[in-house]
Amino acid sequence: MDLLNAIVALSNFVLVPAIAYGSQLALGALGVTLIYGILRFSNFAHGDTMAFGAMVTILVTWWFQSMGISLGPLPTALLALPFGILGCVALLLLTDRMVYRFYRAQKAKPVILVIVSMGIMFIMNGLVRFIIGPNDQRFADGERFIVSAREFKAMTGLREGLAIKTSQGITVVTAVIVVALLFWFLNRTRTGKSMRAYSDNEDLALLSGINPERVVMYTWLIVAALATVAGVLYGLDKSFKPFTYFQLLLPIFAAAIVGGLGNPLGAIAGGFVIAFSEVTITYAWKKVAGYVLPETLAPDGLVQLLSTDYKLAVSFVILLIVLLFRPTGLFKGKSV
Amino acid sequence: MTGSVKNVALFALVAALIAITGFTQSWNSALLILNMGLISAIMALGVNLQWGFAGLFNVGIMGFVALGGLATVLVSMPPVGEAWAAGGLGVLAGLAMGAATIVAAALLMNRMAPGRARSLAVLVLLVAGFFIYRAIFDPGVAAVERVNPAGTGFLGGLGLPVLLAWPVGGLLAAGAAWIIGKTALGLRSDYLAIATLGIAEIIIAILKNEDWLARGVKNVVGLPRPVPYEVDLQNDPGFVERAAAMGFDPVTASTLYVKAGYAVLFAIVLLILLWLAQKALSSPWGRMMRAIRDNEVAAEAMGKDVTRRHLQVFILGSAICGIAGAMMTTLDGQLTPGTYQPLRFTFLVWVMVIVGGSGNNFGAVLGGFLIWFLWVQVEPMGLFVIQTLTAGLADGSALKEHLLDSAAHMRLLTMGVILLLVLRFSPRGLIPEK
Repeated sequence: MDLLNAIVALSNFVLVPAIAYGSQLALGALGVTLIYGILRFSNFAHGDTMAFGAMVTILVTWWFQSMGISLGPLPTALLALPFGILGCVALLLLTDRMVYRFYRAQKAKPVILVIVSMGIMFIMNGLVRFIIGPNDQRFADGERFIVSAREFKAMTGLREGLAIKTSQGITVVTAVIVVALLFWFLNRTRTGKSMRAYSDNEDLALLSGINPERVVMYTWLIVAALATVAGVLYGLDKSFKPFTYFQLLLPIFAAAIVGGLGNPLGAIAGGFVIAFSEVTITYAWKKVAGYVLPETLAPDGLVQLLSTDYKLAVSFVILLIVLLFRPTGLFKGKSV
Repeated sequence: MTGSVKNVALFALVAALIAITGFTQSWNSALLILNMGLISAIMALGVNLQWGFAGLFNVGIMGFVALGGLATVLVSMPPVGEAWAAGGLGVLAGLAMGAATIVAAALLMNRMAPGRARSLAVLVLLVAGFFIYRAIFDPGVAAVERVNPAGTGFLGGLGLPVLLAWPVGGLLAAGAAWIIGKTALGLRSDYLAIATLGIAEIIIAILKNEDWLARGVKNVVGLPRPVPYEVDLQNDPGFVERAAAMGFDPVTASTLYVKAGYAVLFAIVLLILLWLAQKALSSPWGRMMRAIRDNEVAAEAMGKDVTRRHLQVFILGSAICGIAGAMMTTLDGQLTPGTYQPLRFTFLVWVMVIVGGSGNNFGAVLGGFLIWFLWVQVEPMGLFVIQTLTAGLADGSALKEHLLDSAAHMRLLTMGVILLLVLRFSPRGLIPEK
C-alpha cells in the first residue's frame, strides 16, 4: 500500500507535470531545430514568436467567449488555435520577406542572422506588450480536471490523490498529433523530403532542382504552427505572460542542443530530458521518501535538491554537461 | 566631409540632444541621461571589445552587470556582526566545501583514465559532496537570515569606501567570465551565446534567492555614496550662499551638484577605459585579435593560440561590464535584483554597439549615449504621438485608453526597428571601423 501511495504521489507531482512540460518544450525545440537545420541560424525570437501566436489565439478566444461559442468541457482556445496559427504565419512570412530574405541573398554569416533575430525579438516583444500588455492573462475555460485528486482518492481508497488537469491531457494529446503530422510530412511528402534534402546538403539540393524559397516558406509555415501550438499549450497549462515566454528561450534552446541541433527527433528527446530533470531536481522528495523508506529512516527536511527558483540553472547545467562531453548532442545534430 | 569631422559632428549632435533635454525638460533629467549614458558607453565599450575586436557573441551582459552591483554591496555595506557570529562560519565553511568538491572532481577527472570507473567515481564524489555541502551550508544560511530579517538578514559587506567596489566589480565579473570562457569558448559561436544567456539568468536567480548574500528581492538600500548627500549640502550655509549667488534655489542646486559629481567620476572612468581600449586596438595585440576575428584558421596557422586569446578578451570585456554595473548600482544607491531584465541590460547594449559601430571604440561610446537617450526619450515621444493620433477618438473610449496605456511599450518596438534599419542599410554602424 505504501509503495502504491509513493507511486501515486510521484506521478502526481513529478511524472504528470514533467510529461506536460516536456511536450511543451519539445514543440518549442522542434521549431528552433527546424530553423537551425534549414535556415542555419539560432532564432532568438522564438520565445516571442510563441508569445505572439498565443496572443492572437487568446484574442480570438475572448471574442468567441463573448459570442458564447465554446467547446463544452474543452477549452475554447482549441477552437481559436487555427486563427492563432494563421496570425503567426502572417507575421513570420512578413518578417521573412522584409528582413531575413535580404540576408539570405547576401549569404550573411549565421551570427549576423542571430543579431537580426535579436532585432525581430525586440519588435515582436514590443508588439505583444503593445497589443495585450505585459500582465498575466487567463484564457483557460471548460472543465478544469480530467481526474481530480478527490475523485481519485474515493475511487482507489489510497491516501494520495492523483490529479490530471485538462490542460495537461490536451497538451500531451495535441503534442502527439502534431509530432506525428510533422514526421509524416518530413518523411512521406515530397515537400518534406525536399526540406530534409535542403537541410542535409544545400548545394546538392539546389542542384537537383529544389526551389530554396519554397523550402524556406514551408519552414516558416511549420515553425509558426509549432510555435503557436507550444505557446497556447503552455499558456493553458500555466498562464500567459509575455516575459515568461521570453524566458522559455533558455530551456527550449537547451532542449534543442541537448538533443542535437537540426535533429527533430533529438529536439523531442531533449525536451523531455530537460523537463524531467527540472522537475525531479526541484521537487521536494519528503513525501515519496516517507512512503518508501522505513519509519526510522524517514527524512526530516524536504529532501529538495534545489529550490524551484533555480529551475533555469538545471537546464543550463545539463546543457553544459552535454556541450562538454558530446558537443553534437545526444542524437547526432549538425555542427556548422 | 572627412571622417573625423563627421564623428565630431555626431558627438556634438548627442551633446545637443542632451542639452535640449536640459532646456526643455529639466537639467536634472538631462544630467540623469548623461550619467546613465556614461555608464552605457562603458558597457558598450566592454561588448565592443568582445564583439568588435574578437567576434565573440556574448549575450550575458546582464549577469556581469549584476555581479558588479553585487560587488558594490559586498564592498561598501558595513558588516553585520551579529549575523557573522550566528552563521558566518557555517556559510563560509559550506562554500569552501562546495568549492573543494568541484576541485576534487576536476582533479579526479584529470588523473583517472577515461572510462566507466572514472565517470562513476566523479559522479559519486559530486553527489556526496553536494549533500555534505548542503548539510553545512543550510544551517549557516538559516542562522544568518534569522538575524533581524526586516532590517538586515544578510552578512553585510566589508565597510570599505564605495569607489573600491568598481574595480572589485570588474574582478568578480572577470572571475565569472573565466569560468564560462573555460567551458564554452572553443565551441561554436551560437553555443557561447546560449551559455552566456543562461549564466546571466542564473546569476540573477542567485541574487534574487540567496538572501544571506545581498538580501535577495528584499533589496539592499542606502548604499554609501562617493559624493555628498543633498541634505548635507542644503544645510551647509556656504553652499546655499554660492547657489544663491548663481541664481539657483538650494534644493535644485544640491541635486544638480550631486549628479554633476557622479558625472565627473564616471567620465574619468570612461576616459581611462577608452584610452586603454584605443591603445589596445592599435597595439600588436589588437592587430592579432582582429586577425583572429577575420580568419581563425590563418591565425592559428601563424601560431596564435586562438582559444587562449578568446578567453583573454572575453574576460577583459566582461570585467568592463562589471565595472559599469558597480558604477550603476552606486549611482542608484541600491541593489534591486528584481529590476535586471535581459532586454534592458543585454540586448539594449547590443543595439548600442551595432548602431554605434562595432570594432570602433568611439562608435561604441557614441552608440551608448545615443541609444540611451532614445531609450529614455522614446517613451514620452511615443506618448505624444499616440495622444496626437488618438485626439480624434472620444475621451474614455476603450481603444484610446488601451493605446495610451500601451505607449510605454513603444520603445522596445523602436529599438528593434532601429537595430534592423542600421543592420540593413549601414551594417558597419554610425562610426565604422577603420
